[in-house]
Parts: sequence; C-alpha cells; structure tokens
Amino acid sequence: MFCVPQMSQLSITNLRVSIGEQEIIRGLSLAIPKGEVHAIMGPNGSGKSTLAKVLAGHPDYKVTSGEILMDGENIMELAPDERARKGLFLAFQYPSEIPGVTIANFLRAAVQARMPEGEELEATDYYARLYEKMDLLEMDRSFTSRSVNEGFSGGEKKRNEILQLAMLEPKYAVLDETDSGLDIDALKVVAHGVNVMRGPGRGILVITHYQRLLDYIIPDHVHVMVQGRIVRSGGKELALELEEKGYESYEEVKTTAREPALA
Amino acid sequence: MVKEASPLEIERNVGNFAYPETHTHDAGVGLTEKTIHFISDIKEDPDWVREFRLKAYKTFLSKPMPTHWASKDLEAIVFDNIRYYLSGGTQPKRNWEDVPDDVKRTFERLGIPEQERKFLAGVEAQFDSEAVYSNIKKAVGEQGVIFVGSAEGLKNHPEIFRKWFGKVIPVGDNKFSALNSAVFSGGSFIYVPPGVKVKHPLQAYFRINAENFGQFERTLIICDEGSELTYMEGCTAPKFNTATLHSAVVELVAMKGAKLQYITVQNWSSNVFNLVTKRGIAHEDAEVKWIDCNIGSRLTMKYPGVIMKGRRARGEVLSIALAGDGQHQDTGAKMVHAADETTSNIISKSISIGQGRATYRGLVQIPKHLKNCKNNTECDALLINSTSRTDTYPAITVRGTGNSVQHEASVSQVSAEQIFYMQQRGLTEAQAMSLSVNGFVNDLVRQFPMEYSVELKRLIELEMEGSVG
Ligand SMILES: Nc1ncnc2c1ncn2[C@@H]1O[C@H](COP(=O)(O)OP(=O)(O)O)[C@@H](O)[C@H]1O
Ligand SMILES: [Mg+2]
Repeated sequence: MFCVPQMSQLSITNLRVSIGEQEIIRGLSLAIPKGEVHAIMGPNGSGKSTLAKVLAGHPDYKVTSGEILMDGENIMELAPDERARKGLFLAFQYPSEIPGVTIANFLRAAVQARMPEGEELEATDYYARLYEKMDLLEMDRSFTSRSVNEGFSGGEKKRNEILQLAMLEPKYAVLDETDSGLDIDALKVVAHGVNVMRGPGRGILVITHYQRLLDYIIPDHVHVMVQGRIVRSGGKELALELEEKGYESYEEVKTTAREPALA
Repeated sequence: MVKEASPLEIERNVGNFAYPETHTHDAGVGLTEKTIHFISDIKEDPDWVREFRLKAYKTFLSKPMPTHWASKDLEAIVFDNIRYYLSGGTQPKRNWEDVPDDVKRTFERLGIPEQERKFLAGVEAQFDSEAVYSNIKKAVGEQGVIFVGSAEGLKNHPEIFRKWFGKVIPVGDNKFSALNSAVFSGGSFIYVPPGVKVKHPLQAYFRINAENFGQFERTLIICDEGSELTYMEGCTAPKFNTATLHSAVVELVAMKGAKLQYITVQNWSSNVFNLVTKRGIAHEDAEVKWIDCNIGSRLTMKYPGVIMKGRRARGEVLSIALAGDGQHQDTGAKMVHAADETTSNIISKSISIGQGRATYRGLVQIPKHLKNCKNNTECDALLINSTSRTDTYPAITVRGTGNSVQHEASVSQVSAEQIFYMQQRGLTEAQAMSLSVNGFVNDLVRQFPMEYSVELKRLIELEMEGSVG
C-alpha cells in the first residue's frame, strides 16, 4: 500500500474509540484506496458498526486517539454533514425512519445539499436519474412517495440505502451489514447495485458478519475484526476460510495479538 | 426572530428593535373610561358603539385573569403599561437603513416583495398599493360583496353589522374578548350576498392595510345563504410589532348552505402575548373551517370554535403550532354541536423545540337530545429535544347514544439518530430538523392553499436555523 498516495484513500490510523468507560475500538489502522473494495468481517459486538459510525462522525462516540484522513484531509473535527458532503457515505445497519418525508423529497434535499449555493436542482433531470437508479435496484416507482423507511421491511430498508448510495455517488462508501435481512434474490440485486458503483474513483468498505455477501461483491482485501482490532488481513480467500473455521481461533489470539501492522 | 422571551416588564412602544416614532393621535398608556371616550371620539363612533365599549370595559374589569386554568405567565401583562390606541396616520416611522440586517435577510428569505418588506418593517406608514386593493374591491364589489374595514362597516352597513356584531362571541366570553370589545380598532368587515361564490381568497387587503395590523382588531364576516368565501389573515413575515399584547376577536357567520374558510398564518416575535378569540356559527348545511398556524409569541392562547346551529352543519379546525425556545403555544379548538347530524373535525399538530411548550385544549359538546352527530379529534405533538413539554387537555362531552366520537393523540420525538441519519446524507442539522418538522405537518399542509404551504415551509426552515444557532 506504499504506492497509494495519501491523496486518494480513506485512511484510519491507530484509532481508539470509547463510549462511556468502555473502549470499543482499540487501536485500529486501515486504509481504503480509491478503486478498491475492502471487507471487514467479524463477530457480533466486535465494533464494526462503531467503526462505521465513527467514520461518519456520530456524536455519541469519543475518539481518544488516532486519525482519520480522507484524501489526505483530517476529517475528525468535521460535522457529520460536512463529511458527507465531502464524499463519505454510510449505508446504515439500522436505517432511521423519517415519518412524513418522502424518499423523493429526502433524496432531493440531499442532492441539493451537494450543489453550489444558488444553484437549483432541475426537477426533470433529478427524477430521470432517480428512476434510473430505482430500475437498477428493481424498486417500484411507488417507493418515491413513501416516507423514508417508515413501515419498510428489512430488505426494503437496505435497498433504500443502496438507492441513496447510487444517487449520491460518494468517494467512499461504508456498507454496514447491507446483507442482513435480504433473501437471496434481493441480495443479488443489491450486490449488483453495489458492483455498478465500483470504479477507480471510489473506495468501498463492506462490513459483514457472513461470507455470503462476498460471493456477490468480491472484495480486493478482507480484514478480520475482533474486539476492536484488525487481527488479520488477506485476500478474498480469507473470507472462505472464516466461513469454515469461524472466528474462535482469533478470539483466543486477541490477548496475545500485537498491534497489526498496516503497511 | 428573537428567541429570548423579554423580561417581565412590558415595553410600551419598543418591539424587538427601537426606532424614532411620532404619534398624533395617541391615547397614552393605561386604560380608563377616558381612554374609551378618546377612542370613540377619534373614531366618531355612533352612540351604540360607545356604549358597547363602555359596558365591555366594565366586563373586562370584573373578569379575573384565567390563570386558574391557563398559564401564570398572563400575570406578566401590566394593563397600565399598554398603549390602547394609535391612530392610522400615526404608525411609527423609521428608515429602511435603520432596520437591522437580520430582519432584512428574513424578509428576503421569505420572498416578501420589496414594498411589503418596507411596510412590514414599519418603514412606511401606509403601504401604497391602492391599485391592487381597489382591483380586488372592484372585482368582488361587482358581485355585491362588501369588503371594508370594520370601522367603515359599522358606519355604512349598520343594518348587517349590528345584527351580528358581538353575537357569535359575547363581550363577556372571556377577559380578552371583553378587552377587545372595549378598545377595538381595525380588522375587516365582509358580507357575501346569497349564492355568491368568491373565487379568489380575500387576502391582499389584510396584508397591505396598516390598520389591520393593530393590536385589537375586530373582524366580522357574514356569508349569506349558499355563498362561499375563503379569507386569509396574516403573513408569515415576523411582525416587528411595537405592541406586546395582541388581542383580536374574529366572528364568522355562515348562513344556510354557506361555506366559509378562514386561514391564519402568524409569526409573532417572542415578546408578544397573543390572546385571540375566534368563533363561527354554522347554520343548516353550512360549513365553517378554521386553518390556523401559530408560530412564535411568548404566549399564544387561541381556540377557534364552531357552533353548529343548523342540521347537517359542519365545523373544522386544522391547526399547527410551533413553540420555540421560551415560547408557549396554548391552542386548541371548540366544537359545539347544537343540531342533529352535525359533524366536526379537529386536527391539531404541535411542535415544541428546546424549552418550547405546546398545550392542546379541545372542547367538544354534543348534548343528549341530539342524534347522529360526529366528532373526530386528532392531536399530534412532535418534540425536538427532551426538555420540550407538551400537554393535552381534551374535554369531550358527549351525551346520548347515536352520536359518535373518535379521539386520537400521539407524541413523537425527533431522535438524535434521525438527525444523524439525515446529516449523514449531507443535510445540516437545521435542514434535518426542518425536514422532520415539515414531514410531521405534511399531511395537514397539503390541504392549505399552495402559496401558504410554501411560505409555511420556508418559515419552518428559518425557525429551525434559529434554533440550531
Ligand atoms: N451507543 C452505544 N452505547 C453503549 N454501548 C455501545 C454503543 N454502541 C456500541 N456499543 C457496544 O460496543 C460494542 C460493539 O458494538 P458494535 O459496534 O455495534 O458491534 P458490531 O457492529 O461489530 O456488532 C458492543 O459491546 C456494544 O454493546
Ligand atoms: Mg453492527
């Protein structure tokens, strides 16, 4: 990874995060260069969602040390919306419901928020793009007039997250357990939506509990996260190995593991 | 919009910002019989009006403050410190240059036309759009519609005015209706003849006529048999009023088969006590509908009502109240069923932000001897942050069988997770909050005329920006 310039990666160095007295992320380093898809796998409670939310700037978590750079810029002091407008996207494990606000209006506000001041979003262009992305994700047009996530099934919520990803075209996307709640057909559709988004201008971090998703979104690198640390990194075959052996061996290793070297 | 409630002392002539002023007809401060005579003299009231005022003044004095059921904050009103009359030509004047920048920006954001901005900021005594006004007057005048100020109404159309004036809302209804009856000036008088359907909402007049921005306006609207009218009051621009007490009385009469809709969107600065009595009578097959949006003020007390007097009459109140930090919106509705097969509908939505407080009071009466009456009441409260407070006091008195009542209430929160979710999509905290609030009122606002819903949406955005700081 030496060859990747700071300017085109999302890099996390020696990150430590606590909530209350409890330390959840305990010295984590990771770099996601543009053009690559990285996967983080780990057991429940290992701190994967915490990492995702800390990247996005969630106010509940306290970063006690470490650094997060996006294209070389320290984003630690930025508000969540500033990070988002700079090109960071998080597909939530548990997306919030926003009663009364339609998907169309919500996304429109989000797209508008990325435009220079004084510029107005052209309604017809907007709807053309929205429908195109919905078709890609095999979503019914009637979705646009439903309130964001309200009364959605688990699968519909996840699809809606990927729709937003597709519309907002971020530089870096973190997908937190996007596979949970999806049946196999829906999983394929969503994975396709993500694969379309892959490209040289975008870094993607896929967080998952199961190997299954990685059959469809094939990662360039796989990292194993246990108890707030990355305990092993490897290629896509690592996912298969984990599927077979589980995380147990790592959970024993954790007490003796040294800080994982990134580079 | 100023967020802080003013200290308890009520300032007489100074609103949220100061400016030089000149008054030629000024009743001075405080309220005595002399003040009433002063007002009656200037307005050249007929004797019956003068007597009406004097009697109302006595009623006002005899009535206690309704602090036993309403807010103790009412005690902060010092009646002796208030100025009860400033004549038309004596509206305060100031230079546009003296208007603070943030006020100017607010007008700009609300898209208020240049001329109106000046007027609203108190720069111009009389907003000169006589042309617009006379066009409206001409158009409706050809249909026989009377549309004048209340002073002109009582002078030139006593036969209609007197018949209904003070009949829908008796002087002694409450302390503030009595106060208004004693010192009223300004407001509108409208009469729509039988069968006339006024196409466009009557509104412009209110926006441009200085007198109607008075503290104690009095409006009386009569829709004769089978006629239709929509009337719009107020404006979403914050009123940089000099007055800290606003106490209006609005009476509506819908004769057989008439339809009357009264829309209010008001945005008060946070030093104002806004204590308003609004009520309508619906005769057989008639409909009275109140759409009422209250934003700002220190304390608003307002419970629009409908008395359904004739068979199959309908009453409706749709209201939105937004209580910002330090503000109290005490609003609701009153539905009095007085004939068979009458139906009423109340939908109330309140939003409380920070220390803001919203109270809903509903009163629905269906006496025992009536048949097939229906009421539907929905009150929803939205809290933005945990210190907000909301109370509901529905008083539904339904007697007899054969009548049906449905009541639903909900309280929801804009959670930190929701805000974070929206921020993650690139919206600022303020944008996220205003989107949530707009979502909350959305189904109600959809029933408003287009122009008003757009203004309301912008206004909510501004309010949220202010509350995030
Ligand atoms: N807001 C929170 N308050 C308290 N504990 C939390 C909070 N968020 C996460 N945790 C704790 O941090 C640990 C990691 O949680 P999480 O990041 O959700 O793990 P994962 O996504 O890997 O399942 C868990 O022990 C969880 O209980
Ligand atoms: Mg998780």
